[in-house]
Amino acid sequence: MFELSELPIDPIRLAKECRNDGAGALVTFEGRVRISNQGRTVIRLEYEGASELAANEFANIEDETLDKYDVVAVTCQHRVGVLEIGDVAVWIGVLAAHRGPAFEACRFVIDELKERLPIWKKEFYTDGDSGWINSA
Amino acid sequence: MIHVECAYYAMMRERSGCASESIQTEAKTPEELYEEVVSLHGFSPERAHVKVAINDSFATWETPLQEGDRVAFIPPVAGGCDHV
Repeated sequence: MFELSELPIDPIRLAKECRNDGAGALVTFEGRVRISNQGRTVIRLEYEGASELAANEFANIEDETLDKYDVVAVTCQHRVGVLEIGDVAVWIGVLAAHRGPAFEACRFVIDELKERLPIWKKEFYTDGDSGWINSA
Repeated sequence: MIHVECAYYAMMRERSGCASESIQTEAKTPEELYEEVVSLHGFSPERAHVKVAINDSFATWETPLQEGDRVAFIPPVAGGCDHV
């Protein structure tokens, strides 16, 4: 399951919703907004996403994860809009029978997602400047 | 000539001043279409750093364009960071 959300991410609710009677392990990852990037102080940032394309590409990542690891379900929610320092930008939950594959798959999902999902981040700095990250 | 819908995001949306636009084009592929929109809007990302999606799925630059296609040019994304 994947969602781009304009509302704050609620990790407690998302974790509660990850239920499967055969799953003895739930590994979750939270990506949060950090106060500095490459030596510059960040005030806030904005995420923008291509929602349909992101959902389709997440479905591909989900299929690859289920093929590669012994896990039963993958959930992801990513924020869009304006975020402040400390806000949760992305949440991932992986359910599996056992913890080993759950940890490994969670790492795989966040790495793939960061490379592949069409989601952009604009940082706003204390000096009034702003910029899109990795905008080659 | 065909009509396609071009979608822009992030720095490309800001540069063009629009999230999407309808373009009448003789371009046969996204590769040719990208050249057109670069000269139209002065986008800075080189094509090597951009991906293309047609009708909400990633596609290759050589995919033949069809009438009514929605073509999204995807500039570099937020996450490609060396720190893990």
